[in-house]
Amino acid sequence: MYNPRILEVRRGVLEKNDLLAQRLRARFNAAGVTVVNLVSSPGAGKTSFLEYTLRNVSEQGLCSAALVGDLATDNDARRLARSGVPVRQIVTGGNCHLEAQMIADHLEEWGLALEDLDLFFIENVGNLVCPASYDLGEHLRIVLLSVTEGEDKPLKYPVMFNSADVTIFTKMDLAAAVEFDRAAATAAVQSVHPGMTILETSAKTGQGMREWLNWLTAFHQSHQL
Amino acid sequence: MHELSIACNLVEIASQSASDAGVEQVQVVRLRLGALAGVVKESLLFSYDIAVAGTLLAGSRLEIEDVPVAIFCSSCQTITTLEGIQSFCCPLCGQPSADIRQGRELELIALEVADVQPPHT
Repeated sequence: MYNPRILEVRRGVLEKNDLLAQRLRARFNAAGVTVVNLVSSPGAGKTSFLEYTLRNVSEQGLCSAALVGDLATDNDARRLARSGVPVRQIVTGGNCHLEAQMIADHLEEWGLALEDLDLFFIENVGNLVCPASYDLGEHLRIVLLSVTEGEDKPLKYPVMFNSADVTIFTKMDLAAAVEFDRAAATAAVQSVHPGMTILETSAKTGQGMREWLNWLTAFHQSHQL
Repeated sequence: MHELSIACNLVEIASQSASDAGVEQVQVVRLRLGALAGVVKESLLFSYDIAVAGTLLAGSRLEIEDVPVAIFCSSCQTITTLEGIQSFCCPLCGQPSADIRQGRELELIALEVADVQPPHT
């Protein structure tokens, strides 16, 4: 004879990832390192943006390192290694996003001294959907939107744009050629995330990169107080 | 598509909760899904049937309660729910608000279970 009843549970489905992300964040805080999670659609220019950033933070005397997620290749890590900072690749083997466990495992194997770093960058897999649900222990989630993608992208991927802290418009050197409508793109970002900081950059010409680096440095310093 | 991975996490914690409570059979798994959780309901339902195979939850049904986004408006001093997730403005006065009070849930709420009772003596 069956006796049906309700068993109350109330548990977050991603509790394992969230707990591990909290532990990672505590570890990053203790080491005094600011962690940045870069997300975007494939081809928005994450690697070029990061390569430029890594070179320039080194020139400012800040120590950094980067962990790069990719579905199948280590091309991005090889590109980023040209900047001279420590870079490690996570090949996800087709997995569409990074999870906190992958960050923890790679940090363990890598043996990177976090306390020697000021900035630690995580380049997520190119995907505007899946990475939104996974906290990696970062302090900043930065979403890149290239001018060639269409101004309404934030409206198409509201979860990601809502979850991010800053939006970076990339490839601004192509803005005129593709008739990028800055006002429309800004309105779309503000619609899904009122008050979000937006910066305009080109890693090719360097446009706006000084402002980005100043913004990041200021965030890092205020975060250390 | 990360819903299969989410479904596997769900099955893991639901199975664990069921076996901790000494439950032998689960009929329904109840989940609250926020509009900002980043999970597609149809994909999750599809993935669920794959994820339960060979587990304590095999044969169970996933029931999903949709949770809309709710924001707090500092002008109206009110929490209101939004119809979609593309415009974070107060439906009463139109003021934008990033103060989200609900909508990120991805939570296992309860299990409808059946215990096999010992025969009456």
